[in-house]
Amino acid sequence: MEVYFDQFGVFWEGFLGTVQMCVLAAVGALAIGTLVAVLRVAPLPPVRGVGTAYVTVFRNIPLTVVMFVCAFVLPLLGSNADFLKIPGLTTLIRPLGTELPFFRFATIALTVYTAAFVCEALRSGINAVPVGQAEAARSLGMTFGQNLRHIVLPQAWKFAIVPLGSVIIAMIKNSALALSFGVLASMTGVFDRLISQAEGASYDSMAVLVGVVVGYLVLTIPLGLVLDAVERSQKKTVRR
Amino acid sequence: MSSVLYDTPGPRTRAKTIVASIVAAPLIALLAYLVIVQPLADRGQFDWKLWAPIFDTSDPNFPLVWDRWRDGWLRTLKAAVLSMVFSFVLGSLLGLVRRELRELRRRRFPDQPRPARTGLISSVLAGVGLSRGWVEVARGTPVYVTIVVVYTFLPRWGVDFDDRLWYLVIALTIYNSVVIAEIIRSGMENLPSGQREASLAIGLGSWQTSVLVLYPQALRIMLPALISQLVVVLKDTSLGGLTVSYEEALRTTQQMVEAFRGLNIANGIPMFVTLGVMYVAVNYVVSRLAHYLQGRMGSGRHRRKSDEPPVQMVEAGAGAAGA
Repeated sequence: MEVYFDQFGVFWEGFLGTVQMCVLAAVGALAIGTLVAVLRVAPLPPVRGVGTAYVTVFRNIPLTVVMFVCAFVLPLLGSNADFLKIPGLTTLIRPLGTELPFFRFATIALTVYTAAFVCEALRSGINAVPVGQAEAARSLGMTFGQNLRHIVLPQAWKFAIVPLGSVIIAMIKNSALALSFGVLASMTGVFDRLISQAEGASYDSMAVLVGVVVGYLVLTIPLGLVLDAVERSQKKTVRR
Repeated sequence: MSSVLYDTPGPRTRAKTIVASIVAAPLIALLAYLVIVQPLADRGQFDWKLWAPIFDTSDPNFPLVWDRWRDGWLRTLKAAVLSMVFSFVLGSLLGLVRRELRELRRRRFPDQPRPARTGLISSVLAGVGLSRGWVEVARGTPVYVTIVVVYTFLPRWGVDFDDRLWYLVIALTIYNSVVIAEIIRSGMENLPSGQREASLAIGLGSWQTSVLVLYPQALRIMLPALISQLVVVLKDTSLGGLTVSYEEALRTTQQMVEAFRGLNIANGIPMFVTLGVMYVAVNYVVSRLAHYLQGRMGSGRHRRKSDEPPVQMVEAGAGAAGA
């Protein structure tokens, strides 16, 4: 029990690291995912092919492999992912600015991997809009842009929000993998620091693990409950 | 075909599309070359020496590499199939029990004497709470952590496996059985209410209604989602290599890369890229199967109402490590 009080700093640091990585990856994945979704619904077959290839690749290989490839390819290309050392951001998110690139590599891997799922969530949202809505808009003489802005996207957003939420929850859980790539500033890193690496570890591994699990549940369960509530309220309004 | 975004193209639009495609395709190829191929080529990654052990049948390492990959993939598939079978059985059971508990919660047991009544009602409530708690905890914990928990706790409780496979299978089963239970439960709850009402009207109890009437139909409708879950499980087996040193496809690849480094062949990229291609191939086949089944189910008796959004695939795990 005393581990929670003695080592609260370690737990807190790990929790913060996980949250920071998740916020970064969520923003990145939403941006890249939207871009890929645009490619995937583009009218030109070759452009569509690029989007489809991206999604097929990243949806079907394990995140572990993505992380390995990141850890191999980026250093080989002479990149320490230094482009993520964005001035103001490194003071806010300290692991981002460290000499060791692992936090940045893991964040990049998590981002490009999650982006594929974000793309699919957005696309399922667009596809869930009844075709008649867009046809009516076109027959009113709306341009492509007007159609998107006033008719399709507001509805697609509503259909996409729940799948997007599940993607983000999955992403939070996936961030646990970062530890295998040397990121100690994560919730799973707490276990590593207090048990595996500690000399003559005096803490009960069970207690530490329970703390780690709680750290993730604090993030995932409330998000899941919010999502359930959103889904329920949508079902009520969508029912015709 | 007309879609949400575009009208059915006429002859002029079609011609424009073809021309634009012919222009765009080489541009994309050029971009891919500049961004991906050239930087790698500059660093000698296309040196045949690095790829020979994988693709050159006359290379002395060729048979060794593919032998190890075959073993690794067999272990990956074994872990995935075992986890999926256990998850399916336990998940079905959990889904049925949760549904039954929900039915029982409405009952007030008027035929029982008063103390038994309060006992029954409170034990039902306890069951509801416990199962709900189990679902939330098992679902909200990263699979990576679940594997570490299983690996740390089971030996301490005197359950020791020689084969590390079982730690992985147990952890994957804990996570996926809960996910499958929720898939099946939502399948049963989204059936037309007439199914349940008719079944109760002919005198079946609520458990019989669930097992004989609702469950088989839910299974049919949810089959594609269940198969997609297999992709998640397949991807999650790769966590077994990292956490419990189970020698599945990823870990074997990792070990081979280490071994080749000893031979002064730095073929990390070729090996992992080939591994990635194999993962894509295997999972692509599985998801095609799901897609095919979804098409078949759609034309069956239980056609989805067309204005309902399609079945959401549960994408979690490392996919999920959940993704």
